[in-house]
Amino acid sequence: MHIYANPTRFLKLAKWLTPLLLWSGLALSLGAMAYGVFSVPPDRLMGETVRILFIHVPAAWLGMGGWTGIAISSAMLLIWKHPLAGIAARAIALPGMTFTAVCLATGSIWGRPTWGTWWVWDGRLTSMLVLLFLYAGYIALTQAAAREGGSAKIAAIFGLVGAINVPIINRSVVWWNSLHQPPSITMGKSAIDGAYLAPLLVAVIGFSLLFGAIVLMRMRALIAEEQVAARLRRRALDEDTPAAMAAGMETA
Amino acid sequence: MMREDMAQWDFVIAAYAIGLVALALLTIWAWRSMTRAEARRDAARRR
Repeated sequence: MHIYANPTRFLKLAKWLTPLLLWSGLALSLGAMAYGVFSVPPDRLMGETVRILFIHVPAAWLGMGGWTGIAISSAMLLIWKHPLAGIAARAIALPGMTFTAVCLATGSIWGRPTWGTWWVWDGRLTSMLVLLFLYAGYIALTQAAAREGGSAKIAAIFGLVGAINVPIINRSVVWWNSLHQPPSITMGKSAIDGAYLAPLLVAVIGFSLLFGAIVLMRMRALIAEEQVAARLRRRALDEDTPAAMAAGMETA
Repeated sequence: MMREDMAQWDFVIAAYAIGLVALALLTIWAWRSMTRAEARRDAARRR
């Protein structure tokens, strides 16, 4: 992993990995969603709304997975000062926030016909909403640091502290009474019928690949922006140096 | 029963519409911002 902390090496890898992840992710996620919408049978209790799970579950997984990625990158930035770790964390934030928002929206739409309500302030829904606000706060912090030239350490510490919310989301349905069902998939066990489980796993894999492609695209954009800024700074310095020397000689 | 089934499909369609539009916008925006930033960097290198 340390090898790819070098931006040149990373860009060489990202150039062929981006389209690979993008197209395989699109094919798998769209295929799984199409299968989920048109081919799986309606569930005995949920009816047709079971089809929403093929977009809701991958979005929830990536909302939490995204913040885990931010926390790992933040730790790498603080411990090893990897130049790419901060960029990776910044690149994850917006896709992670989007997937969290999609999870909340689709969950709410699923809840109305299933539970009879759009929203309840229970542990799972509230902690997921907190995650959305954490993403918004993280994006605001990193943008302020980039604009004002501040340290990336504050955002990294925020990224690490915010990771406390991830296990809370995961365990919320076990710790507190909730309308949300308990975990359907645990270590090696699944309460989901095979007819739904197989397309659901394909959807999770497909969305994860798509998420990876989006993060790589954001990282490439951020690296390119930093390279342009560095070049402009160097050019400004080169132009200023002879002028400053001339001014210095005149004063002498 | 028929009306109930139709209503359930409305929720399914709404969920997929929101999810797919959000993901399409995110993917297109990420792709365009990457290609633009890399084009700007390449132009700066040539200058």
